[in-house]
Amino acid sequence: MKKTKPDITNKNTGDTWIYTQAVKEHFFQPKNLLLEDPEETEYDAQGMVGSPACGDVMRVWLKIDKKNDTIKEFKWRTFGCASAIATTSMLSVMITEPNNQKSEEGMKIDEALKIRPQDIMKRLGGLPDRKIHCSVLGDKALRAALNNWFRKTKQFDRITTASQQIIDPNTKTTDADIEEAVLEGALTLEAVQERTKVAIGRPDLIPKVEELIRFYREKYFDPNSK
Amino acid sequence: MKNMRYFDYAATAPTDKRVLQAMLPYFEKNFGNPGSIYTLGRKSAQAITQASTTISKILNCKPDEFVFTGSATEADNLAILGAARINKKGKIIISPLEHKAVLNSCEILEKEGFEIVKLPVFKNGLVDLKTLEKELDEKTILVSVVMADSETGTIQPIAEISKIIKDFRASKKIKEKTNFPYFHTDASQAAKYLNIDVEKLKVDMMTISAHKLYGPKGIGGLYIRKGVKISPIIYGGGQQLGLRSGTENIPAIVGFAKALELNAKNKKTQYLKIKKLRDTLEKGILKSIPKVILNGHPTQRLPNFLNISILDIEGEAMLLYLDELGIMVSTGSACNSQSLEPSYILQALGSTHEYIHGSLRFTLGHQNTILDIKYVLKHLPNVVEKLRKISPLKLKIK
Repeated sequence: MKKTKPDITNKNTGDTWIYTQAVKEHFFQPKNLLLEDPEETEYDAQGMVGSPACGDVMRVWLKIDKKNDTIKEFKWRTFGCASAIATTSMLSVMITEPNNQKSEEGMKIDEALKIRPQDIMKRLGGLPDRKIHCSVLGDKALRAALNNWFRKTKQFDRITTASQQIIDPNTKTTDADIEEAVLEGALTLEAVQERTKVAIGRPDLIPKVEELIRFYREKYFDPNSK
Repeated sequence: MKNMRYFDYAATAPTDKRVLQAMLPYFEKNFGNPGSIYTLGRKSAQAITQASTTISKILNCKPDEFVFTGSATEADNLAILGAARINKKGKIIISPLEHKAVLNSCEILEKEGFEIVKLPVFKNGLVDLKTLEKELDEKTILVSVVMADSETGTIQPIAEISKIIKDFRASKKIKEKTNFPYFHTDASQAAKYLNIDVEKLKVDMMTISAHKLYGPKGIGGLYIRKGVKISPIIYGGGQQLGLRSGTENIPAIVGFAKALELNAKNKKTQYLKIKKLRDTLEKGILKSIPKVILNGHPTQRLPNFLNISILDIEGEAMLLYLDELGIMVSTGSACNSQSLEPSYILQALGSTHEYIHGSLRFTLGHQNTILDIKYVLKHLPNVVEKLRKISPLKLKIK
């Protein structure tokens, strides 16, 4: 590991992806990785998101201090590209790093729930636009594990669900589908329609869809970028 | 770069020193425009004639049956769009394994009203010729099947396809005697190791590329059989019999001819040498790493291609771990593509997404030695083991 050149070039497009030093570090030396398969009761909660067919799967195991409502341990495994691996590793560090902990028992669950995809990305020094969805998946994996904990401990009111709203009843496209399309780089109405078929045959829905695209674009991307 | 182990010769190859030497006089000294009739211009025109003659001997065609283009992509475009423009309508039959230059040209034509038919492909990568026979009809103006695809290197039976088309033309299915459909093949990947004698292959058009043959980048060419009529796609001063306007790129043309000439000389030896190395790599990987499958045809495959899927881990992650070790390969994983779509060629072979995400392509070339192979066989199992530790997946081979 002596070479430090951080870029790779996509053979199809010539695009250069610049991975930051932080991404490299977490990709090549992942932190808090779950090494041994755990005993059934070893961890208090776990969550998994993604699918092998989509190319990203993240699985998270947590140890939780019930009395203090804190996360004591965050272990993970990830199937995916450099960004996906680095994202999960960085998230595990953010949850468990000592200087962030108010007490010895770990980060408060409510604090952990406040972590947003952008916060992980910021700590990684940024990700290429096309890789932003990796940071969203990391965030979702943590939420899935915490929901698992809330369910186990019957704290149903604390379960966070991704609220989905059907935008186009014909194609059953939800706002989450549009969010996903934007994250995958579809930044215009045409590009989003190519992926989701939303509002094709329902021109009356176009203003609403455009508004959502703008909203997610500004949420995840630099508004000045293309 | 020190300790560079390059396994991406299907992407491109370095320019051979002898090719570079042959090109050099045509930048500064003999810089004339071949269209000018004074001495300096004639020297350039002569260089083209010489290059065309060299190439035509290798392809077993006439010098004026070969058009130089700016790339193999342009040559594919010229063949497809050129045949379409002259016919104005009709049906084009292709395989789904074609280079994007063919696929995207056909996509445009489909929007213009042409009928595009993609032949089914077997899991081993071979195109279904029974369907080709069924699809051929009076409307068909062109058939284009790649000689060997760029992901798995699976070799299509081009001469056999030519025969099917020839028999169709002669058959009672068509009322009048006809030259249609034309048959084009893209031999960009195949030309390095396979026979590209157009009389043996009986093709009407054939694309080749210089930089895959250790020639310069920015030059390709299209063989067009005498009597085959196509429209140009670039208009201007009418160079190259009007089929490709634009001042000829003399150094590149000279380099292209030199590269083909060098390649033709020791093809057989190179074939056997590279196949031995590839087979050692293939056997070594399949033996030392569990849950690996071979993509493409097990035997009917270019001797320098090895495409595998390694389960439970993702291609871009592998590629970057290998890059740290100086090993350069490519992957069909979605993470490595602009569209975030996994390799369309592996998809056409019926491979599922989770297999494609874990695909790696090794393509060998001149500089590779047994030491490179040993180096990969030493390090790849460790990379796979490490990434499998990171991965939560434990898929089973179907």
